[in-house]
Amino acid sequence: MSTGDGMEKKINLTLKVWRQKGPDKKGKIETYRAEDISTDMSFLEMIDVVNEKLVLEGGDPISFDHDCREGICGMCGAVVNGRAHGPSKGTTLCQLHMRHFSDGDTVVIEPFRSRAFKLVKDLVVDRSAFDKIIQAGGYVSVNTGGVPDANAIPIPQEKADLAMDAAQCIGCGACVASCPNASAMLFVSAKVSQLALLPQGRAEAPTRVINMVKEMDNQLFGNCSNERECEAECPKSISIVNIARLNREFIKAGLLSNEK
Amino acid sequence: MQLDANVPGGPIESKWDKHRFELKLVNPANKRKFTIIVVGTGLAGASASASLAELGYQVKTFCIQDSPRRAHSIAAQGGINAAKNYQNDGDSIRRLFYDTVKGGDFRSREANVYRLAQVSNTIIDQCVAQGVPFAREYGGLLANRSFGGAQVSRTFYARGQTGQQLLLGAYSALSRQVALKKVQLYTRRDMLDLVMADGKARGIVVRNLINGEIESYSADAVILATGGYGNVFYLSTNAMASNVSASFSAYKKGACFANPCFTQIHPTCIPVHGDYQSKLTLMSESLRNDGRVWVPKKPGDKRKPEDIPESERDYYLENKYPSFGNLVPRDVASRNAKEQCDQGKGVGETGYAVYLDFKDAIKRDGQDVIMRKYGNLFDMYQRITDDDPYKTAMMIYPASHYTMGGLWVDYNLMSTIEGLFVLGEANFSDHGANRLGASALMQGLADGYFIIPYTIGGYLAGTKLNAISTDHADFKSSESAVKSKIRTLLSTNGKRTANDFHRELGTIMWDYCGMARNNDGLKIALSKIQNLKGEFVENVKVSGIDKEFNQNLENAGRVSDFLSFGELMVEDALARQESCGGHFNEGFQTEENEARRDDENFSHVAAWAYQGEGKPPVLHKEPLSFENVKLSQRSYK
Ligand SMILES: Cc1cc2nc3c(=O)[nH]c(=O)nc-3n(C[C@H](O)[C@H](O)[C@H](O)COP(=O)(O)OP(=O)(O)OC[C@H]3O[C@@H](n4cnc5c(N)ncnc54)[C@H](O)[C@@H]3O)c2cc1C
Ligand code: SF4
Ligand code: FES
Repeated sequence: MSTGDGMEKKINLTLKVWRQKGPDKKGKIETYRAEDISTDMSFLEMIDVVNEKLVLEGGDPISFDHDCREGICGMCGAVVNGRAHGPSKGTTLCQLHMRHFSDGDTVVIEPFRSRAFKLVKDLVVDRSAFDKIIQAGGYVSVNTGGVPDANAIPIPQEKADLAMDAAQCIGCGACVASCPNASAMLFVSAKVSQLALLPQGRAEAPTRVINMVKEMDNQLFGNCSNERECEAECPKSISIVNIARLNREFIKAGLLSNEK
Repeated sequence: MQLDANVPGGPIESKWDKHRFELKLVNPANKRKFTIIVVGTGLAGASASASLAELGYQVKTFCIQDSPRRAHSIAAQGGINAAKNYQNDGDSIRRLFYDTVKGGDFRSREANVYRLAQVSNTIIDQCVAQGVPFAREYGGLLANRSFGGAQVSRTFYARGQTGQQLLLGAYSALSRQVALKKVQLYTRRDMLDLVMADGKARGIVVRNLINGEIESYSADAVILATGGYGNVFYLSTNAMASNVSASFSAYKKGACFANPCFTQIHPTCIPVHGDYQSKLTLMSESLRNDGRVWVPKKPGDKRKPEDIPESERDYYLENKYPSFGNLVPRDVASRNAKEQCDQGKGVGETGYAVYLDFKDAIKRDGQDVIMRKYGNLFDMYQRITDDDPYKTAMMIYPASHYTMGGLWVDYNLMSTIEGLFVLGEANFSDHGANRLGASALMQGLADGYFIIPYTIGGYLAGTKLNAISTDHADFKSSESAVKSKIRTLLSTNGKRTANDFHRELGTIMWDYCGMARNNDGLKIALSKIQNLKGEFVENVKVSGIDKEFNQNLENAGRVSDFLSFGELMVEDALARQESCGGHFNEGFQTEENEARRDDENFSHVAAWAYQGEGKPPVLHKEPLSFENVKLSQRSYK
């Protein structure tokens, strides 16, 4: 397809995949051959090929989460050769293409592991802890209707842009999987920042940050010790500047509550 | 059956106001006594769930994904329309209404479309209040851009991720209600059947995707917001789990399916590159604001785009449609791309692609400006194709993208089953035979935030509903029907995977019921689908067991419904002996190869009623009358 120099090639790979029937079952690495893989395929299409073969042979296809396959829903994700979402920077697993691999490579594929993400099956994990954190305060408390005209509050473009940078988080969990402490700080800070940067979100900023951080602890995520692995692996390049902003908001909120 | 759209009387401008006044209200204290099921957490389902819970109803909300935030709406890129007229360029409610009716090639219901245009402005207000970070101008006010089929700039956007930001807004409102215990959330559930009692929709049967258990849930009303069926083409821009099964189960229970043949093929997608391909990626239509579409004048010209001089390029859209140029509606743009490729002027390895070129825009505005507007789309393109669109022209080709058809609903968004409401892409209501860009997000949120909260109250206040529990016989019979279907799929043990059947179905639909159709082809398609369906029953191979996390089984169920649905879609295309919007029957075209409608015989909604397995469905017609716009041959010249 490409008119660049990366013409389509076929490659063969050895896959080492984490297989586990369920949360309470024992898991282990199994080996599969992925043959005749076009370098224009996406990583998930490569697994599709392996799975189709497994189904026909009467085996159990590899379970993995995916939906949009264009890097926006946050459903996909696995640790590939030790890196969340694989080797390419700023790329979800579904948008990783096989041209980044070479003929004969061995590829190790494991689930996103964390105390807070219970394993469902194979590469599928339960990330509902993220939803719980949002439920604890990741919103502006407005009901439908009765809101002012959209242009009533001008927002400086620069602020709006920063808010948008943070809002791009897709909730995939790669930050947690790549953090040595399994902290969800990058995820939480992205939402806290988005809303703290906008006038609409200011009113609840103090309670929001306190409640969301508390819920993060409740959900068994670890603490942030500035390892910066999250930022490096985040497919949406969410910046750890957001964590600094969260910390500032947190301190501010603490001061406010002391004043009472 | 008499299809009554229940459109209120009076002038179009005041119908909705009048109707809201006339609708019965549920006393605030009584609202908590009603339970409402919402299936789907896309823009339509999430906004409906949140708004209904805020009013005090008990809401049970379901979705397939592990989190409501991952619904397919998240993928929408380009923007959302509203008649704000912030640009002072002549927009108005009436103009948005007119553009939508005309863009839909006069096959939508005027009153619904007018109401959509009326509520469009409050949607933007609502989203901004939630903290949706829309793009802004230097002065801090909201920015707009243009989309196809409009000559005003009315589209609001958040970079190339508008759907994501709007959905996260609705998801946050929904999350707030979950925290308040007003919404009970059921994720990783697949709706497999609608349950009726006393002729009314009273619940659903779902498969718990984690453990495979079949579960029943009862309610006083059921809302389907389960999205479109574009995956009937196998390759489409829809998410992998997008399906017709929820709607189809309602159809089998008596909800009429309207205009299934009205599907939208989007002109700007990344072309197909291999038979292993699992989905297609959209390049937002907003790119047509600055990109110029062209093909080489000489068929078979294999030079690189940058080596083809201006004089040897055919900017066919600009030449053919001088007033709309690259911004003609989608159906027109898609058909023209196909026409160029059929003439041998297509580019790329397969010859099924045209160029979308930013060279002039980059020269005019600078790379920075273009990067700011479209950076993430350019990155996505490069990641998939390995080509740099800042340096060389993009290659695009049409792909299945959106479905205008869907379950038939009246003005209250209620289907032909009492108590079953349908919102968002899953209904047929507002876009006629072709949807304009940036109008699906608008419709989904209009339905969920601003329409259903009123109309469902009218239903609940005015209907006698007996108490019901999931022990009711109708639940039990639904459960056993669902279980037996699953058993059959698992025990067939044939030689072809469900995915393989799906791919073949997709090819049939694309070849015979895609961008251009003709009667002979449609008849061929019908027999091919019937054969394929027959083979599926005997030869499908599904792995694993029912009581486990089993994605192969999930998919097989969806494919089996797509096969039956494909037949209905072709039937509908055959019954509509005219061309309109996305339904282009080659037998009905003007001298300039544009769609030729037959208003005398086909100015109606085709609503199909299921009659049982193996029996032909019955066609009911809702006549469409146009009192506020003049029917005309669409022209974008
Ligand atoms: C790539 C792309 C870009 C787009 N860009 C734009 C744009 O810029 N502007 C615009 O206006 N429109 C755009 N559209 C169209 C628009 O995104 C969709 O029409 C709209 O988001 C549909 O919203 P929905 O709420 O109706 O359904 P969806 O968002 O599709 O949600 C469906 C929901 O139903 C659930 N569901 C489905 N089936 C079942 C089942 N059987 N059981 C349980 N739950 C089920 C799903 O889990 C999901 O939660 C785009 C579409 C695509 C594909
Ligand atoms: S911060 Fe990045 S890695 Fe973490 S959930 Fe969001 S997008 Fe994923
Ligand atoms: S499948 Fe949606 S982000 Fe990868």
